[in-house]
Amino acid sequence: MSDLIATVPFMLLLTTGTYLLGNYIYNKSGISILHPILISIITIIGVLKWFDIPYEVYAEKSSLIDFLLGPSVVALGYTLYEQINYIKGKVITILTSVLVGSFVGVISVITICRLMGVEECIIASLEPKSVTTPIAVSLASRSGGIPALTAIVVVVCGIFGSITGPFVLKTMHIKSKVAQGLAMGAAAHGLGTARAIEMGAVEGAISGLSIGLMGIMTSLLIPLLEMLFR
Amino acid sequence: MIKGITIILLFYFLGECLSFLIHGWIPGSVCGMVLLFLSLMINWINPHSVQPVAGALTKNMALFFVPAGVGLMTSFDLISKYWAALLVIISITTWLIIAVVGWLQETMEKKNI
Repeated sequence: MSDLIATVPFMLLLTTGTYLLGNYIYNKSGISILHPILISIITIIGVLKWFDIPYEVYAEKSSLIDFLLGPSVVALGYTLYEQINYIKGKVITILTSVLVGSFVGVISVITICRLMGVEECIIASLEPKSVTTPIAVSLASRSGGIPALTAIVVVVCGIFGSITGPFVLKTMHIKSKVAQGLAMGAAAHGLGTARAIEMGAVEGAISGLSIGLMGIMTSLLIPLLEMLFR
Repeated sequence: MIKGITIILLFYFLGECLSFLIHGWIPGSVCGMVLLFLSLMINWINPHSVQPVAGALTKNMALFFVPAGVGLMTSFDLISKYWAALLVIISITTWLIIAVVGWLQETMEKKNI
């Protein structure tokens, strides 16, 4: 049986199938906590545990889907081009907002970790948590963190941000489409962008831009802030 | 369709090349995003040839995070040790970033800076 389960077709089917199921439940129920990716991840972990298949086997067989993350980030270049009119005249404000956001993100992680007495290697793993996975993992290993922990925290942060982000924006009465997209991408990278695309084309495009900017600025800020605070 | 896929892969590869030149300081996918954007801006690439593929990829971005998310199952030990700290840090800092970035951008736009 597990010879059939641990195959590329089944693992791909399991991934897209549970994601579709997640989408269906999410749309039917209208409950934002039931994020499609959350349902998909929990179901897959359940199936793997049930058939006693290690994660490494799943990761290898489903690598096609993992690979597509790269091209989808590249494709955001097109989305940005499509919405270029919304950015004109706002370049300086966008750069400022994301720079401050990146600064607040890293400083708040360091501060809270200090207050809670968390070890240095965990702090280094968490600092880049709002940045897209490939950047976050390389930043964490550069500053002495645990890359595997970073990869997980980045995804959890993305799910958390994409679920709760719209509520925060609503509570703070943030109406500007550019501001909404920028905030979603800055806090929750690609998953925030996936949610921002649901909000609208402008929000989605700006969110995509925000992933790139946040990644670049955090890469620059972490070494600088580490020199000052660690 | 194939043309769109080829263009996206070409820019992903060019992005990887650029990333290699700057010692991985910015990952290839982000470099590729910038290069594709610039090429569209200077009319090197016809937007209609990338539109279908780019649309399909970006609309389903969340799906591509599933394999990394399943990686959670390998870190149960680490997570159960630090769950309280992780919970506090993830929630507070994520809300803080959304609030700060959203508020700052909205305020600057209103004041026409």
